[in-house]
Amino acid sequence: MLLGGGLFASALSFFYPVLRYLVPPRLTDMGGDTVVAGKVGELRPNTGKIFRFGSRPGLLMLGSDGQYRALSATCTHLSCTVQYRGDLRQVWCACHNGMYDLAGRNLSGPPPRPLEQYDVHVRGDEIIVSRRREA
Amino acid sequence: MAPLARVRNWLDERFGWDELLAPLRHKTVPIHRYSYWYFLGGITLFLFGVQVCTGILLLLYYRPSANEAFESVQYLMTQVKFGWLVRSVHSWAANLMIFTAFLHMFSVVFLRAYRKPRELTWVSGMLLLFLAMGFGFSGYLLPWNTLAFFATKVGTDIAGQVPFVGHRTMIFLRGGEEVTGATLSRFFGFHVAVLPGLTTLLVGVHLLLIQRFGISVPARIEPEWRALPQEKREMRFFPSFLLRELMAWYIALGVLGALAAFSPWGLGTKADPFAPAPAGIKPEWYFLFMFQTLKLIPAKLGLLDGEVVGILTFSLAGLIWLLVPFLDGTKRTQRLVMGAAMFVVAYMGMMTAYGYVAK
Amino acid sequence: MWRNRSLGAVFVLTITVGLAQAQQPNSCLDCHSALEGELHVTQEQFAQDIHAQKGLTCASCHGGDPSKADDSAMSKAAGFKGKIERAGVPKLCGSCHSDPAFMRQYNPSLRTDQFSQYQTSIHGKRQAAGDTKVAVCTDCHGVHDLRPASDTRSKVHPLNIATTCSRCHADAQYMAAYKIPHNQFADYKASVHHEALVERGDLSAPTCTTCHGNHGATPPGVGSVANVCSTCHVFQAQLFEASPHKAAFASAGLPGCVTCHSNHGISKPSDAMLGTSAHSVCTNCHTQGDAGYKAAGDMQQQISGLETSIVRSDRILSQAESSGMEVSQPRLELDQARDALTKARVTVHTFAAHPVRADVDSGLKITAKAYGEGEGALRERDYRRTGLGMSLVAIVFVVVALRLYIKEIEKNQ
Repeated sequence: MLLGGGLFASALSFFYPVLRYLVPPRLTDMGGDTVVAGKVGELRPNTGKIFRFGSRPGLLMLGSDGQYRALSATCTHLSCTVQYRGDLRQVWCACHNGMYDLAGRNLSGPPPRPLEQYDVHVRGDEIIVSRRREA
Repeated sequence: MAPLARVRNWLDERFGWDELLAPLRHKTVPIHRYSYWYFLGGITLFLFGVQVCTGILLLLYYRPSANEAFESVQYLMTQVKFGWLVRSVHSWAANLMIFTAFLHMFSVVFLRAYRKPRELTWVSGMLLLFLAMGFGFSGYLLPWNTLAFFATKVGTDIAGQVPFVGHRTMIFLRGGEEVTGATLSRFFGFHVAVLPGLTTLLVGVHLLLIQRFGISVPARIEPEWRALPQEKREMRFFPSFLLRELMAWYIALGVLGALAAFSPWGLGTKADPFAPAPAGIKPEWYFLFMFQTLKLIPAKLGLLDGEVVGILTFSLAGLIWLLVPFLDGTKRTQRLVMGAAMFVVAYMGMMTAYGYVAK
Repeated sequence: MWRNRSLGAVFVLTITVGLAQAQQPNSCLDCHSALEGELHVTQEQFAQDIHAQKGLTCASCHGGDPSKADDSAMSKAAGFKGKIERAGVPKLCGSCHSDPAFMRQYNPSLRTDQFSQYQTSIHGKRQAAGDTKVAVCTDCHGVHDLRPASDTRSKVHPLNIATTCSRCHADAQYMAAYKIPHNQFADYKASVHHEALVERGDLSAPTCTTCHGNHGATPPGVGSVANVCSTCHVFQAQLFEASPHKAAFASAGLPGCVTCHSNHGISKPSDAMLGTSAHSVCTNCHTQGDAGYKAAGDMQQQISGLETSIVRSDRILSQAESSGMEVSQPRLELDQARDALTKARVTVHTFAAHPVRADVDSGLKITAKAYGEGEGALRERDYRRTGLGMSLVAIVFVVVALRLYIKEIEKNQ
């Protein structure tokens, strides 16, 4: 009957999305105050990489001492994205030559404040970066 | 025998199915020019059902901690298939449900359906309305965005102003002195466990009472209604009224889908407890008339604090409203109640509109 | 308990001695606090003075005998010097402040070359030649309520220096004989450096003394002003040094940096300064047909092109966002395009189109990607609306079918 057909079609249009919804997406990381910034072995010693931390970029560095460090990558001067300079062994902002040390302290140039430091933990082969703040 | 008939037989042999359903077959709904108002209760119930279903689906992905709540909702809206739909439907249905609940309540007031013997139906309904607003208030905080955070702060601040019990109530609601992750945990608990439990109980009571007393006919038109012949004045609940209700529910579903696709619910920015409150913070529309009133009351009224006077006045008004069936015995009080009801509707409408345009 | 008692006793003793010190006979202030005008100095005022706090008294500079209550306090015999003549002020201050062994007792980290620096300054040279209108130590540092430069109330605290200099240098009448401009303070107040210093509180922003020196105050010459700017503006200076403008400016006797950006009234640079329009600084020298004119136009086009592209991508992302799509990832990526624009604006100082184009192109790649993602978000939105449309059709169908069904079953009743 027409009604039965209509009911079936509309029910389908309700249940189809629900069924798709129930299947978890491939990307399981939700972000938040903890992210997986990379995998062990991804970075060579004395290099760094930019990763996404919430809505802002973060900088993950592997020092030649084998230690991982993570900082906010938003320059405190005019918000350009900083980078790690292996040749200088410091964090550098290409916009106006701001320099920071590996702990984020502003050393020279225009930046008025240090970069926020993050905690780094290695779990298995994942490098976990987390904020130090808690609400 | 046809398969459906065999299932019915099986159930009837064990549960006395036919005997159980018999009274429902006789259930009727009055037909008169105000009959359309009868749909509102059912629509509200349907929307509650939508909320339960979408709410359960949201529970599969939502994380109730200050660190992860916002991100989990963001994840839900961007990564989960149709997550955007489930979330927007949940948010819109919440508002629609409270709207239809208010409409249902006012229709009962103006049709005086709360008169004897239906006083307790009214009381259970009013309590359900308060629970619905509690659902709205607690659910609003869960995405942990800036607007929600500050709206909760302001709302619980107001609760804290009540004399004697205010501060303790505020601490109970917030899980501490300030709005923090502890507040989020609490509100989550209220929203998914405490309030649903209480609501289910009260809905059960409400429906039971309706079954017991049948649907009320407005006193005004009762004489002319009684004069009608049987077939003209009543329709069977099964299947006539139910099918009509189903139409209304389908239309509501269509409206929800359209709202979700054309006016999706926004996410906002993640709450930062240390940032200053954004200018022009307002609560959701169903609290707006009270909020706007409190803003307009001067800081001091004689010796008394203006805000406290406002809160107490609203509480008193709510209590009187709750007890309205017990108060309108005579013709005079009935006229008073009608007049007051019209004033209340006009006041709420005006204050809500004012609250929207005010800075 | 015994220890608490003895600590208490020490505390009381210190207070008493302190009060006693203050109570030491100082006949100078007894009279001078009642006198008017130039001679008016109160105990309250002098107590704020850093010299007084270190134990110096009126007699340390003026001589005389503060213990005497009558005129013998100001006798020649008591070594009274009276009012120190302006010409003698630097030498007097220098008599202590240029002596490292002496200053070490009070503040070893203080410099002791102020006097010798002053002697090289315009002020010092003129003063040595007999000019009494030029600044001496007390004009800038104050006297009798002199505070260290780190004190925000000091006349020589970075926030206050420009105002102190302007007391003479902005006074048209005072400066009339010297035939130098007196609009520097007015220009500086409108500048971006002043805004950074006073409004944003960035104490590293330059004030008069940053570029002119404090004790050795002399304007940097045309040849060296670029060096002064390059102390902070390193990149721009490096690029300028390697650019064709360096030689060109030098041969024309034009100062680097200042020629385009001005010296005191340095405003926030805008893209309008670049290019070939009437507002640009390039057309001050370049005319149509020469290579510089072409490069200017080229650079300006590149940069405004990138800016337009960023605005365009931002707009489509906002459109997607207001339709309910989540676009925080593309927005984050678009920020990098803004970084590229900032970089390009610095690269302008090569005054060549090619390096600017390199920066602009890297930015354009990013804006193109972000724009694509914005388009993708809008496509997804349209897909959702189509899906909704289909389910609405099904719903309307059911509603109509229900209505017909109801009619049918009720027809038979």
